[in-house]
Amino acid sequence: MDNTVVSTGTEGKTWGGGNQPLKASYGKMMMWFFIVSDALTFSGFLAAYGFSRFKFIDAWPIADEVFTHIPFYHEPAPMIYVAFMTFVLIMSSVTMVLAVDAGHQLKKNKVIIYMFLTIIGGLIFVGSQAWEWATFIKGDYGAIQTKGGNILQFGEYVEKDGEAVFKRVALKDFAVTDDHAEREQHLSKNGIWFLSEGTLPSFTVDEVLHGLEANSDILVRTQLINEDGEKTVLSRSESLQQIKNNGKLVVEGANLHVNEYGSPLFADFFFFITGFHGFHVFSGVVINIIIFFNVIIGTYERRKNYEMVEKVGLYWHFVDLVWVFVFTFFYLV
Amino acid sequence: MADHAHKLEIFRGLIKFKSNTQKIWGVLILLSIITTVEVALGIYKPEWGRTPFLSMKLINWVFIILTIVKAYYITWDFMHMRDETKAMRLMVVWTAIFLICYLFFILIQEASYIFEIYDDGYIKRDF
Repeated sequence: MDNTVVSTGTEGKTWGGGNQPLKASYGKMMMWFFIVSDALTFSGFLAAYGFSRFKFIDAWPIADEVFTHIPFYHEPAPMIYVAFMTFVLIMSSVTMVLAVDAGHQLKKNKVIIYMFLTIIGGLIFVGSQAWEWATFIKGDYGAIQTKGGNILQFGEYVEKDGEAVFKRVALKDFAVTDDHAEREQHLSKNGIWFLSEGTLPSFTVDEVLHGLEANSDILVRTQLINEDGEKTVLSRSESLQQIKNNGKLVVEGANLHVNEYGSPLFADFFFFITGFHGFHVFSGVVINIIIFFNVIIGTYERRKNYEMVEKVGLYWHFVDLVWVFVFTFFYLV
Repeated sequence: MADHAHKLEIFRGLIKFKSNTQKIWGVLILLSIITTVEVALGIYKPEWGRTPFLSMKLINWVFIILTIVKAYYITWDFMHMRDETKAMRLMVVWTAIFLICYLFFILIQEASYIFEIYDDGYIKRDF
């Protein structure tokens, strides 16, 4: 190695190279610059989300009504699951910074333990996010989309603690199935001219309408948010009118085209932003695993320098930092 | 690297930790408290939160400020920004903050304008 270094006679001078005016190594500084640019990417997404939200400020889905699920628990409980995810990520951030600290003290075994815990935390988080996606895609109540693309949901007023509370009703609980209207999904084996057909909804709009006519308690709820911060519930006659005149499509769950919880944009941004963040967590886990094995085989022990752990730590903390913002803008605000 | 010095004070010296490890746990406690407050406000939705303030609900501003506080401690203590030189800090933080504020201002401003166009009935959406 020595003979590749050329002596220029400027060593030790200000412009002679080899200086670190910011007292940070090249690698660490580049990791910071990458983080700045990635932060701008994420803020671009979040700003776009903010744009769509302010554009439809009076009709945006209420996150508390969308993300209410907890595994193995069937009552709606908003915020709890996502709070759990946030704590998991913060905890894995803490174990990461403890690994960096142990690296500074050149304690190899401690670095191994803390990096292992960080990786486990990351995996729990990605797994939780996958479950959250699956629940969101599956949906729970079902809704009707109108010709204008608005979502109409169903529910009825029930007595709770002496107050009338609007409780959502699932399509399958009131729709009247008509056996004659049953339609087979078109499959490629059945047709020469087959192009493609997505999954058919469980009901047709007519079946939902008949169910609505048969159940006099059920009312329609629109996307519009009233002064109390709640979605507007239509009267019985308006409900029937809306479904009869404007109902066009039965929507169950959410995907990139439709979303039973409200504006399809909400689902699009949810998939895109949490997906992009989840991809960061996933790649963070992969990088962590690589560094973890490097620590085990003693690469950094021989270098007497654990700066690689610090660099991957920066990336990992950044992922946590982004989640703090995603958490606020998707679930709280 | 072994002689790496850490600044061990947070809250401008109000709390001083004995070691870096202790500081990490201290910051974890702080972040957990802030997150718990956020979640509690998110679940119970207090009445005062609905007061409009600067074209948003007051509680949303509370959430955003708490988030920025959390981001500050993650960057300063977990990412060790507190220990970097001032030039490094300015280069990373202010570049991001300036561009992000600009982007958000432009987009939110325009979105409110488009909302008004819909709201004034120039374009019909309710059908």
